[in-house]
Amino acid sequence: MALAGLVALAGSAAGAAPAGALPAARAAADPLRGELTVSAAASLGDAFARIARDFRRAHPAVRVRLNLASSAGLVAQIQSGAPVDVFAAADLASFDRLAASGHLARTPVAFARNRMAIVVKPGNPLAVRGPADLTGVPVVALCGRTVPCGAYAAAVLARAGVALPESRVTRGLDARATLTAVAAGDADAAVVYATDARAAGRAVTTVEIPAAGNVVAVYGIGVVRDTPRRALADAFVAWVRGPEGRAALAAHGFGRP
Amino acid sequence: MVIAAALGAAFILLPFVGLLRRVRWASLPGDLGAGPARTALLLSLGSSLAATALALVLGAPLAWVLARMDFRGRGVLRALVTLPMVLPPVVGGAALLAAWGRSYGLLGAWLHDAAGVQLTFSWWGVVVAEAFVAMPFLVLALEGGIASVDRRYEQAAATLGAAPMARLALVTGRLLLPSLAAGLALAWARALGEFGATITFAGNIEGRTQTAPLAVYLLLESDPEAAYALSVALVAVCVAVLAALRGRWWGVRR
Repeated sequence: MALAGLVALAGSAAGAAPAGALPAARAAADPLRGELTVSAAASLGDAFARIARDFRRAHPAVRVRLNLASSAGLVAQIQSGAPVDVFAAADLASFDRLAASGHLARTPVAFARNRMAIVVKPGNPLAVRGPADLTGVPVVALCGRTVPCGAYAAAVLARAGVALPESRVTRGLDARATLTAVAAGDADAAVVYATDARAAGRAVTTVEIPAAGNVVAVYGIGVVRDTPRRALADAFVAWVRGPEGRAALAAHGFGRP
Repeated sequence: MVIAAALGAAFILLPFVGLLRRVRWASLPGDLGAGPARTALLLSLGSSLAATALALVLGAPLAWVLARMDFRGRGVLRALVTLPMVLPPVVGGAALLAAWGRSYGLLGAWLHDAAGVQLTFSWWGVVVAEAFVAMPFLVLALEGGIASVDRRYEQAAATLGAAPMARLALVTGRLLLPSLAAGLALAWARALGEFGATITFAGNIEGRTQTAPLAVYLLLESDPEAAYALSVALVAVCVAVLAALRGRWWGVRR
């Protein structure tokens, strides 16, 4: 991490330079250049879009491409050889699987936290007050069982002693798709990330789950072993963990690791 | 030119070769015969057959009108009803939600309040989504068949005293059988493969709306062997459809 730290310092210094100060000259002097592909969990979409924008502002010769899907889907992509430089997942278990197949450059680091919330139709017509009330809901949207948000939702339901019959559960392909089932579709309730519930605005009503019955979702980030842009990838990871990245994540409701 | 053609054929065939190599043949019956793969396969068979029947009921009169009646805007109507063929399926699903969704649908809200019927997240929702994308295939095939029927046969039957319904069943119907079969087979294959409109409109409920293509997508992450087994089963069905058609595309060549 020492190298990443140094690069992060350099990055911060460049970012702190006055905005109009000879951008061309700054770009020419900036050792960071090229195109970086970042595979990120769907729930990180908004936050990482902002982080990518800020990163590019600090390093004009860099272009960041975001690839958003479920963490499980992204793991499968990397394992089948997708040209990805940085991977950010909604859990740490995804990295265990990547490490087992030899696709990780080094130990990943935790960089953000999330928690779960229940979203229902605006105005909460079915009067859902907590996970226990989901037993009386006709259609509940949950993430797929192999996707992190599905595992977190299962843990929340298990804590509340709730067993939902599979015949009333529609499985979203990722966290955002699960939210969409309520926000744009006919599902009555969903267990989603608190950050996604917040991003949905008035399309849904959010029912908070108290910490005692909730889980802590720890997000991890790491560099993919086969990346030909190791320095750039390390710099991006350091940026995400640095003050700018933390600010962007906090602005979208993520907690500190 | 031959080399270029071989490249073209290889481009289409290589993925299937890959699929056949990737599938674990020894465990194929086990992978297909148990768990979500089996449930999804059975559900897909049932819903796609129901969707084909729905497409026939709604599509046959439409094909007749398009083929036999001359009216202003016929070309526009034909183009519009074949729109689902070229539309991204997920857009079709969004459109179905906008029409039949309980919460925000044009007719769906009324249908739910008045009749207590909700199509979204239901087996019938799967059937509607599949029929929506499959019906144009049936309409086009059948319309082509109807247009190419020599009407002198019908006139001859009429002069021999056959009533209109008898003429339709015994003369025109007979001549239409090949194009009808082609239309049904194409519509059925399309319904069987539907993904985007289904997951958008009917969701992904195991045993109720999780069709085989949805299961393939999900299983690729958790149980790739079962996903490949299910893929091979779907390919086999489609090959069988093509074999049954034997080049009788659109029913124009007889």
